[in-house]
Amino acid sequence: MKFLTQEDTKRICDKVMSMTKADECIVTINGGRTGNIRYARNAVSTAGLVENATMGVAVAYGKKQGIATINEFDDKSLEKALRIAEDLAKLAPENPEFMPAVSKQQFRATDTFSAKTAAIDPEFRAQTAAYSIEASRKNKLVSAGFFTDNTSFNTIANSNGVFGHQEATGVDFTCTVRTEDGRGSGWVKRSATDVSRFDAREASDVAIEKALRSVEAKALEPGRYTVILKPAATSELIGFMLGGFDARQADEGRSFLSKKGGGNRMGEKLFDQQVNIWSDPWDKDVGVLPWDGNTMLARERMDMIKDGRVSALDYSLFWAKKQGVRAIGSPGNMIMGGTSKSTQELIANTKKGVLVTRTWYIRLVDPQSVLLTGLTRDGTFYIENGKIKHPIKNFRFNESPVTMLNNIEEIGKPEIIAGDEVQYSMMIPAMKVRDFNFTSLSDAV
Amino acid sequence: MERRAFLNISGIALGSMLVPVFGNAIAAEELLNPLAAKFKKTLADVALNAATEAGASYCDVRIGRYLNQFITTRDLNVENVVNTESAGVGVRVICNGAYGFAATSDMSPDSVANAARQAVAIAKANSKLQTEAVRLAPVKGVGEVSWATPIKKDWRAVPIKEKAELLIAANKAGLDAGASFMQSLMFQVNQQKYFASTDGSYIDQDVHRMWMPVFATAVDKATNKFRSRQGLSTPVGMGYEYLDGLAKDKVKAAGGVTTLYKNSYDLIEDARACGKQAKEKLTAKSVAPGKYDLVLSPEHMYLTIHESVGHPTELDRVLGYEANYAGTSFATLDKWETKKFKYGAERVNIFADKTNPGSLGAVGYDDEGVKCKKWDIIKDGILVNYQATRDQAHIINEKESHGCSYADSWSSVQFQRMPNISLAAGKKKLSPDQMVADVKKGIYIVGAGSFSIDQQRYNFQFGGQLFYEINNGKIGAQLEDVAYQSNTQEFWNACSAICDESDWRLGGSFFDGKGQPSQVSTVSHGSSTTRFNGINVINTARKIG
Repeated sequence: MKFLTQEDTKRICDKVMSMTKADECIVTINGGRTGNIRYARNAVSTAGLVENATMGVAVAYGKKQGIATINEFDDKSLEKALRIAEDLAKLAPENPEFMPAVSKQQFRATDTFSAKTAAIDPEFRAQTAAYSIEASRKNKLVSAGFFTDNTSFNTIANSNGVFGHQEATGVDFTCTVRTEDGRGSGWVKRSATDVSRFDAREASDVAIEKALRSVEAKALEPGRYTVILKPAATSELIGFMLGGFDARQADEGRSFLSKKGGGNRMGEKLFDQQVNIWSDPWDKDVGVLPWDGNTMLARERMDMIKDGRVSALDYSLFWAKKQGVRAIGSPGNMIMGGTSKSTQELIANTKKGVLVTRTWYIRLVDPQSVLLTGLTRDGTFYIENGKIKHPIKNFRFNESPVTMLNNIEEIGKPEIIAGDEVQYSMMIPAMKVRDFNFTSLSDAV
Repeated sequence: MERRAFLNISGIALGSMLVPVFGNAIAAEELLNPLAAKFKKTLADVALNAATEAGASYCDVRIGRYLNQFITTRDLNVENVVNTESAGVGVRVICNGAYGFAATSDMSPDSVANAARQAVAIAKANSKLQTEAVRLAPVKGVGEVSWATPIKKDWRAVPIKEKAELLIAANKAGLDAGASFMQSLMFQVNQQKYFASTDGSYIDQDVHRMWMPVFATAVDKATNKFRSRQGLSTPVGMGYEYLDGLAKDKVKAAGGVTTLYKNSYDLIEDARACGKQAKEKLTAKSVAPGKYDLVLSPEHMYLTIHESVGHPTELDRVLGYEANYAGTSFATLDKWETKKFKYGAERVNIFADKTNPGSLGAVGYDDEGVKCKKWDIIKDGILVNYQATRDQAHIINEKESHGCSYADSWSSVQFQRMPNISLAAGKKKLSPDQMVADVKKGIYIVGAGSFSIDQQRYNFQFGGQLFYEINNGKIGAQLEDVAYQSNTQEFWNACSAICDESDWRLGGSFFDGKGQPSQVSTVSHGSSTTRFNGINVINTARKIG
């Protein structure tokens, strides 16, 4: 599959839109290459490269819409996809909440592409795995990991004159290193747009060190503890909560942001004064496309939480119109403000506490309070008098991120962290939180 | 950064439900024309010959055509009708003792031969890093055979209008019964899979699956409280006849608290119950934490079995191949080797079965051409076996594969996936009402809710859809804020009764994720209503802001 340029995709979009007599037409083209290497038990298990591109076309007759996608780009295939979308639109019932395509938008380019990432080859991937495997073998440890890189192009267009095209790159690396007897386990995750900010050796060493330090874990009674949460311990919790900043859900009374008696809690101080979370597509570390692919609206810098207050909610086109609010492109990244303090400094200021490297298998228990449950994993340590004392057994927690962000004592330096199950690119600082609720012990290592 | 294509279905509880979407949209009428078997055999032979000529000692080729239709509705509106198709060829080889895989969407002989040669080249490159050669358990070629899900009504032949009207009628029933908001969806799947290998097999399969989840939310703005209830259907390996909702397939829950469904489903009746019970939850009593005897319906049990027995007995997890993603397992080989590891109480018999009619995992042959079968995992409470593929069978001294290989697309490489894993019914006659009669202080849980378990499958916490207190042998008031926490081995050893065969039915998971890059699988789990004594229940109610 050819890597399509702006000129290529513009020509395709114009051609498709010119072929239909529907009331409106929307076209998206996304594609590129994704390479990966997976290893386990200190040996490579799979490696691959996938090249693909997809065009999606949506047409509408009045309030009836049909959608089709295709991954072939000859004229016949383009027309086939368009005609299918037209057929589906004619078959579909009228949707009273249908919203017409947005008017022409201005998109200011964001920082999403790195030529170095785009040039990654199989040798680089193999070398990444080799660092981890060789260093683990030397330490009599067992390594399992996954490295993936992608280079993509993204195009949007509609019959009202919207057009956007931008290229993007990214790498993700995760590695789990375990002791041969299974009593110790360490983990690391690194994500970046520009691969020159990724150091496979440094990353693997972090996992190796945590594996070696986590053996001989002692059991601590479950209960409420002061915790130092590394970014990978909070990114899923915070991401989950921010995914619930939907205005319609709040206004309809089915969200933690619903107000007693009706309406939403916009402007209310729900979090500690130190909490500031915003979205910024132009961020230098976690830049995202300058548009929201669903609505085709331009993204803007948005304060989601400002000095602990709810500062923005996410509106669909339909709900924005109904409530008389200006619609903005939905955010693609989330950045939490922090300080210049290292995790080591947070530990040094802690009399008694628990250091959590990562949380896992997080599920919503009660949407009313955003109560989430999950477990600590791959590096949980007891802190006493400013020092890491010894590894401890993993805990299950039942905690709401709203409560967690109310109980902040100290915040560290933000780091890039991509979520496993959340939809945002994120920058999250390590943070010290009091009264974090661990409800039971887990024997898992 | 790692992202897949998702169909974003918003409005379910907090945030949204993300459903993976594979393939390209197509018109409904095109779905009914399968590729000719002769065409597929010719194409398969091209791949097998090209791989062999390039030096492969083994080759299998999978020609897939995956057809899906999703309909999503919200209250009285149809939000989306999406048809998707994905077709292509995946070639897996062994060369110099290592695997290689390549796939192409271009179904021309040249392109398929090229993919086969690419797979051999990748295998040769991988063999340099290989420490142990791949060993495949033998499979005898079966020649040209076919298998199809035994459906009575093909979803592809049912008009979109009829399906959309059914979902809207269900939403209306829920709204009329007390819900503030309703959402219902219909997932319809057809996988046309052709498998051929150098062992001499040419297997043509036509697999059908369906699921129609429904969600009701009740809101009380005066108290700022909201509660949800999800439908009690199960995803099935059946045709549209699952929606017949026959009277003979309706089951009265213990104490008559609600209606449950066995081999067909009454969507409108259950949607009505969803609306009514979501509203009742707003004023239900909050549970007092403590130890309870839990009576768990099959609609709840499937997820507990899935998480606490299904995943820990996957052999690839046990060996460490999933250590960086899904995790490893407490059910290690040394425990199994003792032949004494007491996974559960003596009455606990858990079996794997890829032949159960109507189940999500039922196929004639797996994605390595192995004929599907049934085998024991836990026998009289003892761990006796795992779930294995051809390359794993020798590790657990098996002479043949269990037939657990699956790939979610022609473009994904096949690997070990969970077969249907089920709890055998109790041998003595026992109904759910009789089971409840024996309980002094307990909770009856119907339907699956929140679920979380650690990476080695020791510590878990599960919720549910409906909770009823049991006092001195009688079902009492509806409860809320219930979740139970336990340890897998302790929990299964606390199993104190299992209802008989007449209460046995399937539940299942439509989106079970595993692997890197992640692949999605579907799997069923059967059980009768089952009791566990003295389990720790927590209260999940919290106040914020």
